Amino acid sequence: MATLAPKIKFREPQIEMAHGAGGKASRRLVEGLFAPLLFAGAQGPLGDAAHIQINGTRIAMTTDSFVVSPLRFPGGSIGELAINGTVNDLAVSGARAEAIVVTFVLEAGLSTDILEAEVRAMGQAAEAAGVRIAGGDTKVVEHGKADLMYITTTGVGRLLPGVAISPESVQPGDKILLSGPIGDHGITILLARGELDIEAELRSDTRSVFPLVQSIAQAAGGGIRWMRDPTRGGVATSLNELARDCGRGIVLSEEKIPVRDAVRGACELLGLDPLHIANEGQFLAVVAADQAGAALEALRRAPGGTEAVIIGEVRDEPAASVLVTTLYGGSRLVDMLVGDPLPRIC
Amino acid sequence: MKYVDEFRAPELISKAGEEIRRLADPKRHYRIMEVCGGHTHAIYRFGLKDLLPENVELIHGPGCPVCVLPMGRIDDGLSLTAEPEFIFAAFGDMMRVPGTHGSPLEYKARGMDVRIVYSPADALKLARLNPQKHVVFFAIGFETTAPSTALTIIRAKAEGLRNFSVFCNHVTIIPAIRAILDSPDMRLDGFVGPGHVSTVIGCRPYEWIAKDQGKPVVVSGFEPLDILQSIVMLLRQLRDGQAIVENQYKRVVPWEGNPAALRAMAEVFELRPYFEWRGLGFISQSALKIRAAYAEWDSEQRFTVPGVRVTDPKAAQCGEVLKGVLKPSQCKLFGRECTPEQPVGALMVSSEGSCAAHYNYSQHRPVTIAAAASL
Repeated sequence: MATLAPKIKFREPQIEMAHGAGGKASRRLVEGLFAPLLFAGAQGPLGDAAHIQINGTRIAMTTDSFVVSPLRFPGGSIGELAINGTVNDLAVSGARAEAIVVTFVLEAGLSTDILEAEVRAMGQAAEAAGVRIAGGDTKVVEHGKADLMYITTTGVGRLLPGVAISPESVQPGDKILLSGPIGDHGITILLARGELDIEAELRSDTRSVFPLVQSIAQAAGGGIRWMRDPTRGGVATSLNELARDCGRGIVLSEEKIPVRDAVRGACELLGLDPLHIANEGQFLAVVAADQAGAALEALRRAPGGTEAVIIGEVRDEPAASVLVTTLYGGSRLVDMLVGDPLPRIC
Repeated sequence: MKYVDEFRAPELISKAGEEIRRLADPKRHYRIMEVCGGHTHAIYRFGLKDLLPENVELIHGPGCPVCVLPMGRIDDGLSLTAEPEFIFAAFGDMMRVPGTHGSPLEYKARGMDVRIVYSPADALKLARLNPQKHVVFFAIGFETTAPSTALTIIRAKAEGLRNFSVFCNHVTIIPAIRAILDSPDMRLDGFVGPGHVSTVIGCRPYEWIAKDQGKPVVVSGFEPLDILQSIVMLLRQLRDGQAIVENQYKRVVPWEGNPAALRAMAEVFELRPYFEWRGLGFISQSALKIRAAYAEWDSEQRFTVPGVRVTDPKAAQCGEVLKGVLKPSQCKLFGRECTPEQPVGALMVSSEGSCAAHYNYSQHRPVTIAAAASL
């Protein structure tokens, strides 16, 4: 039987920075070029981690590359991000990270001190997250061909029992939980570049969110419909992806969304929307209405979860869109991130 | 956050909304133009339209510097990047504006040296750091940004920095308002006047609008309460049959403007005899050029630029939208061929452009959603 030729919808002549920014352009690239050529047989929408069955055992698997500039910033560094990022992608797909392999792409001329500091940061982050680093690979490219260092981490994880998440399971009335204040990471990186003469007391929120995920899984396992860590593109992009994948409307209440003053101030000055700013230590969960209270309580009791809140709910309308109700009873749509306001943040 | 939260306080906002509903005569239809793109953005972002009665209509004005720049100017500026010794520096909101052969960002992806800067002083810093290169600062904006460009040019001259020049696209707001009032298909009742421009030029330059044209003007701040209060002030004038210039944004705008900024502008710039505006066509004495005394720092006087004139894509109705004759969603391309990601016209690019604001915040206006207070 003849197989159909894969349908490639990506028609843009060249790759722009926006294709890596996690917003609309990234989605077009993945859905229009990678998906039809590489995983045409895959079922359903693309999540943060793939679920694979080996000899009857289901595992979660994910990979992520880190190209952040500068390498070190208040609250973290590329090495720490590289571990936490992969641990978090597994966590929000309902899995505990078990093992990670690492690839380093290093630029000739990179000082050993810088490399050592990042390797140490990775070791500490892995220990804190309880994940084993099982192996790795190193490549070196000519000076000037990479920005000091890039790191890729690939992780496998064991699925938590009783947690089955998918956008299709999301129902009107479900609540949207957020683990804490948004925008800390993106704004920290922006300020750490030193291109703006703005200073603020702010640290990246990079951390493993697994303990928080585990706490709501225990409190409301079967009631968790969907989870995502809102990294590049921020909360707005993650929730728009959900809205499109499930076809329903997401309605957020602006006053409920926690944003630190320093982040708000920087966003006001620069004309950015905190909902589009990247996070590295927060996650979103959609939980069935009758279990949302228990889930929130469990999150708030868990270490690092005291600032968790319910920021909105799922409704039938506006279909496939995200709407924010403003403080005054007005409303506005929130779209995915378009373009790339803050390049290379992770 | 101080100076922000006070102007977003829900109880004050709802009071202002009530006052607007009380003042608006149900037998009348009010058409009020907010001149500034910054106001347009705030109106959408905070959902202020939902607070106005149906007969108070806001018309988006031409005060978005990126939007009014014709494509030919972008092509001219980018033509300089063909030589490898040039660095093209511009504000972030210029970066995705399409030229004939792509936007500055697309030029950057092809390997041209294109940089985002946050102020002209940053562009000057680039020139100091790269003495073997020539930095062209692509200057845009109304009187809000023109003084900082002027001061940067004065600084470059004082330092004798020769590897820096400005491709000047600065425009002035008054001729644009005049062009809109002269447009026969436009019927307006009053203006929410520009806020940041007025910090520089003050309130006097608007007096002819009130005196000669009989339209009230209220210079307004950018927070939700500022805008609503300005609408209240306009409706009061209209109720009383008055037409004067009022200053709602007193905490920032002095009536006489900023004399030091005006002096810097006068030192460096003179009026161009005419300048082309996207959608509004050629308007005489509506833009600034760099004086001969600073010719060394004027990219146009120092280098050869093609001086191209490019007409906008036929189907795009940017001009009508800029003038407020059409609403963004009435343009044939809106939301189909023209989106923020693949913009055909500049109004879809800048966050201050009315098309981008309309697309991002209310492209498919949902049925009124009950406030999420129950969450």
